[in-house]
Amino acid sequence: MPERIELSVNGRALSVPWGTTVAAAVALAGETRFRRSVHGDARGPLCGMGICFECRVTINGEPHARSCLILCADGMEVRTDE
Amino acid sequence: MNSARLSFDLVVVGAGPGGLAAASVAAERGGSVALLDNSPWLGGQIWRGEQARSAVPLARQWIERFLASGARAVMQASVFASPDRGVLLAETPAARLTVRFKKLILATGARELFLPFPGWTLPGVVGPGGLQAMVKAGWPVAGRRVVVAGSGPLLVAVADGLRRYGARIPLIAEQAPQLRLARFAAGLWRYPDKLAQAVAMKARLLGIPYRAGVWLRRAEGGERVERVVLTDGRRSWTVECDLLACGWNLVPNTELPRLLGCALASGFVRVDEFQRSSVEGVFCVGELTGIAGADAALVQGQIAGLAAVGETEAAREWFAERSRWHRFGAALTRAFALRPELRQLAKRETVVCRCEDVSREAVERCRDAREAKLHTRCGMGPCQGRICGAATQFLFGWESDSIRPPVFPVRMESLLTASEHPKPVSNLSDPTS
Ligand SMILES: Cc1cc2nc3c(=O)[nH]c(=O)nc-3n(C[C@H](O)[C@H](O)[C@H](O)COP(=O)(O)OP(=O)(O)OC[C@H]3O[C@@H](n4cnc5c(N)ncnc54)[C@H](O)[C@@H]3O)c2cc1C
Ligand code: FES
Repeated sequence: MPERIELSVNGRALSVPWGTTVAAAVALAGETRFRRSVHGDARGPLCGMGICFECRVTINGEPHARSCLILCADGMEVRTDE
Repeated sequence: MNSARLSFDLVVVGAGPGGLAAASVAAERGGSVALLDNSPWLGGQIWRGEQARSAVPLARQWIERFLASGARAVMQASVFASPDRGVLLAETPAARLTVRFKKLILATGARELFLPFPGWTLPGVVGPGGLQAMVKAGWPVAGRRVVVAGSGPLLVAVADGLRRYGARIPLIAEQAPQLRLARFAAGLWRYPDKLAQAVAMKARLLGIPYRAGVWLRRAEGGERVERVVLTDGRRSWTVECDLLACGWNLVPNTELPRLLGCALASGFVRVDEFQRSSVEGVFCVGELTGIAGADAALVQGQIAGLAAVGETEAAREWFAERSRWHRFGAALTRAFALRPELRQLAKRETVVCRCEDVSREAVERCRDAREAKLHTRCGMGPCQGRICGAATQFLFGWESDSIRPPVFPVRMESLLTASEHPKPVSNLSDPTS
């Protein structure tokens, strides 16, 4: 297992310790908005445990991933602005 | 996507204290046992991420015992349907699984209760337990101001944890009145280990203002929470913050047991002395059967694990211990009962269903959860009513609508596997759209 993971959040390179979730990486990248609601309001994680779906982001082009449940992996491309 | 078929004598769903204990004791007595959990970590809500650090002796002890027991752990597996007796369907990031079992123990735990109030949808408004879990997984809080509010012993535990990660806690606001808490604390001598924990915690918390009888009125900010307005019923005041951790006790994750047909009583799964549910061969343990903490879950897990492999006499030896924790759970529930004022926090325009952005006003015009779903889409989003359902139950006394698979939104391919089975799944709409 590598000690550190290299990934990108909205195109910005980031290095995080192994065991960091994608949700935490998005926060570490300084983002507070993870998605927009159906009326366009800013939203971010609420439950932290896979229940509320407020933490959805796009990972490697695949939308609607619950970032609080997914661990960062090398080369991951995360987007919150889609 | 890959698919795999697995088969076990006993399948346990949920790797918290209840599920770990159940799987361990059953596997130690032979037979094939699998433990499924949707997170990447053993330990459930309270011990998540502990295996790496092993800071908590009880967590280390149970995780080591589980790893030595011969049971198989299947992580990141969300169980979403049961198309037939003795069959579960689960989805992992890489594969869909068809899991056969002879006996099943459900230990899916609880989630935090979130109540709608103005500003609760702002980024930075998070559940206390949820924030704790995210902080353990790298979420940065060092130097941030975190107001902790709502109700329950979890608030203090979380504030204590957050502080160790460098957060500043301007205030813990507990809605329960001081008098009830004092009565609860006075009864704690009956649970020496809990008392010791409470005292140690209080000591470390010295310096953090803890106010009982105080609750949230609203959160304010632009694209994230910047301040909260609190009240004690007489006056209101504002506290600046970077994050608001708020939750009002716990509600059980009964979706899976309900899907299997397990009967409920007062919102929890009804079980007999051996933790057997109303469905043959299906046991339920932990917070699913009542909110009583990790110790209760461990004892119930052992009883169910032993009973599931036919060791009923050994299971009986745990009955007295379980009664003790049930009394503790009952005292907890009395102490932290929610005050009626909380039903008035959400204004007419406040969003109640976050997935579909449905306001209180729209929801309130309906008679029940089913009508609200049909007319307003409240509860139709990807969380499938997990957040708004618990809220409308508290706000309007509505019972949750009947449950249909998948209990978690899954990829289309997984649903196709589900429909290969004789009893097709209804509700095939794409939950992520
Ligand atoms: C967010 C949160 C934080 C908490 N933090 C603390 C704390 O710091 N200290 C404390 O004393 N108590 C804490 N508690 C209370 C504590 O969780 C319980 O007292 C105890 O852990 C209950 O154990 P359990 O075995 O019933 O369930 P849990 O520990 O809740 O475990 C249930 C497990 O089942 C999994 N699961 C649920 N549904 C499915 C499914 N369909 N498919 C696959 N897996 C599934 C969940 O991901 C979870 O890992 C917390 C509770 C919550 C909700
Ligand atoms: S924060 Fe609720 S699902 Fe991720």
